[in-house]
Amino acid sequence: MIRSSSLAVLGTVLAFLAATSAFAAGPDLGAVQQSATNWPAIGMFLFFVLFTLGITYKAAMGTKSAADFYAAGGGISAGTNSLAIAGDYMSAASFLGISGLVYTSGFDGLIYSTGFLVGWPIVLFLIAERLRNLGKFTFADVASFRLDQTSIRIISATGTLVVVAFYLIAQMVGAGKLIQLLFGLPYLYAVIIVGVLMIVYVAFGGMKATTWVQVIKACLLLGGATFMAAAVLYKYGFNPEALFASAVATHPKGDAIMAPGGLVSNPIEAISLGVGLMFGTAGLPHILMRFFTVSDAQAARKSVFYATGLIGYFYILTFIIGFGGIALLMSDPSYFKLGPAGAFDKLKDMIGGTNMVAVNLANAVGGPYFLGFISAVAFATILAVVAGLTLAGASAVSHDLYASVIARGRTNEASEVRLSKIAAVVIGIVAIYLGYVFENQNVAFMVGLAFSVAASCNFPVLAMSILWRGTTTWGALIGGLVGLIAAVVMVVLSKAVWVSTFGNPTAIFPYDNPALFSMPLAFLTIYAVSKMDRSRRAQRERALFDEQFVRSETGIGAAGAHAH
Amino acid sequence: MSRIPYPQAINPAEPVVHGQGSLQAANAQSASEYDRIVANPKFQQLVHERTRFGWILTAVILVVYFGFIGLIAFDKALLATKVGGGTASLGLFLGVGVILIAFALTGIYVARANSRFDVLSADLKRSLGQ
Repeated sequence: MIRSSSLAVLGTVLAFLAATSAFAAGPDLGAVQQSATNWPAIGMFLFFVLFTLGITYKAAMGTKSAADFYAAGGGISAGTNSLAIAGDYMSAASFLGISGLVYTSGFDGLIYSTGFLVGWPIVLFLIAERLRNLGKFTFADVASFRLDQTSIRIISATGTLVVVAFYLIAQMVGAGKLIQLLFGLPYLYAVIIVGVLMIVYVAFGGMKATTWVQVIKACLLLGGATFMAAAVLYKYGFNPEALFASAVATHPKGDAIMAPGGLVSNPIEAISLGVGLMFGTAGLPHILMRFFTVSDAQAARKSVFYATGLIGYFYILTFIIGFGGIALLMSDPSYFKLGPAGAFDKLKDMIGGTNMVAVNLANAVGGPYFLGFISAVAFATILAVVAGLTLAGASAVSHDLYASVIARGRTNEASEVRLSKIAAVVIGIVAIYLGYVFENQNVAFMVGLAFSVAASCNFPVLAMSILWRGTTTWGALIGGLVGLIAAVVMVVLSKAVWVSTFGNPTAIFPYDNPALFSMPLAFLTIYAVSKMDRSRRAQRERALFDEQFVRSETGIGAAGAHAH
Repeated sequence: MSRIPYPQAINPAEPVVHGQGSLQAANAQSASEYDRIVANPKFQQLVHERTRFGWILTAVILVVYFGFIGLIAFDKALLATKVGGGTASLGLFLGVGVILIAFALTGIYVARANSRFDVLSADLKRSLGQ
């Protein structure tokens, strides 16, 4: 996915295009050679699948009410929830993509790690506790607390489904290619396996199963990455300085890998990326849903604290793994496609591409069985992330669109949950189809787009409705719509789509990341339209702010932990 | 569905979305109840302190992160400086520093919330007779 050719060209735009693809789970692997069937990896993956299906069965037995299905009955502890949040966030993209980026560019990989992490403090300081106090199942519950149900749920559900769709396509295509490489399974089989398993987890086990799949995967991933980083450091006497010195001596760019390279040379692009990563995190529907699975605001804030620690720790591990790749793999021809006379390019010729650094390193430090383990963990990681996304999408369809917009509250819990399960099946089938259709398309920009839409539609609507008394339905609806359309249009007009996909000669929008422009636009529109809104409804909505304010700040009247 | 009057907890199992009644005027009793809480000095103190603290920490993380990005964009040479005569550069320490600061700030917020905001909140609920 990170094409070494584009990293070699130090032009900012190209470097950013490549870097944007660090989000996505290996969608840009190009023409992947199917490798030999990897039995240890398949065996360990089957074990993971059987184990998680057992958990799903148990979760399905305990899932009776809507609160069970959407929010695991509100009974998830802060520690468990933090692992689930970290699991949602530590995708195969961060593990394989960032370690690959560190391998090719050294320091520049760290820029992504920091960008992905700094959204979490914002989530904690501004929205986590208020979200828990106001919400029930989806973030639309919160945004529509005192605003018009129909309008706000339509815009929230649209934002959710757009984010989920782009994120899912990127994950499905990445999953197919990755599994082709790791397991030696055909692309279509891989996509179908992922799609079917995610349907089973979500439709039968709801939030409980999805949470536990996420927790198990997070533990496996953290355990595997810790072992790899420790094994690398062990070889250097636990002295990072010795590891860095060895890496600098081996890497073709030499000492330059310790300093910023070409990744950030256009400040506006860099800031726009940062804005998208930071505030996109606070608008990802599958992440926001996790705050409704804990008992109260205290548990919500603790889970963000622990999750930030886990995710930060994980990014430091990927950095060590990337450097370990440089120091231990670069001089070993057995990890490269050899040219005539055994020559190879250390940056371009790694078997499977630079995204395979972590996987190849697993073989180098732990042998073929550990390689199988890490491959299985990478598969499990994709599976868990798509399950979380599917649940978020299904909830938006059933809880927001069906129950509140179409049935207008005249439905019952059982039929709402049934519809949610049907929605999960449909989303799964659509995801398999899209994964198939997009096999040979460049989908690298899609995760970046998902973050941008989350930052430009979901986050402004949510933040303004919680924090500003003046927000009215018209303001939130039009502002959210403007942010959504602006983000999508700017990405379509940018190089990634306008030039790379449509084949036009030059991009109309000069940056790859629209968030710096589209997010403030959404906030301004919400502000301006709300100010101009003089309807009687708007006056009532402003008057209802006090009630919302008391509940968001104190939790008085908040939905409790148990549905009985 | 009618608005559930404070302080009765909303039953999360209830099928109807809870904000459904938002367009109807809240009934008089619950409206005055909320007015009473908003006017309570303890409530105002809690909200004032927590909101201020939250925004200060938000500003800190914004300055730290965008300061880091700014240095990368404008002063690459500084970040390439070696620390202590070794191989590791200043940029590397700052990057890891950003990660550690992000974690530390969430810790500071949680510590403050546990020791101060929860106490204020409990105090408020006591004074409301809960």
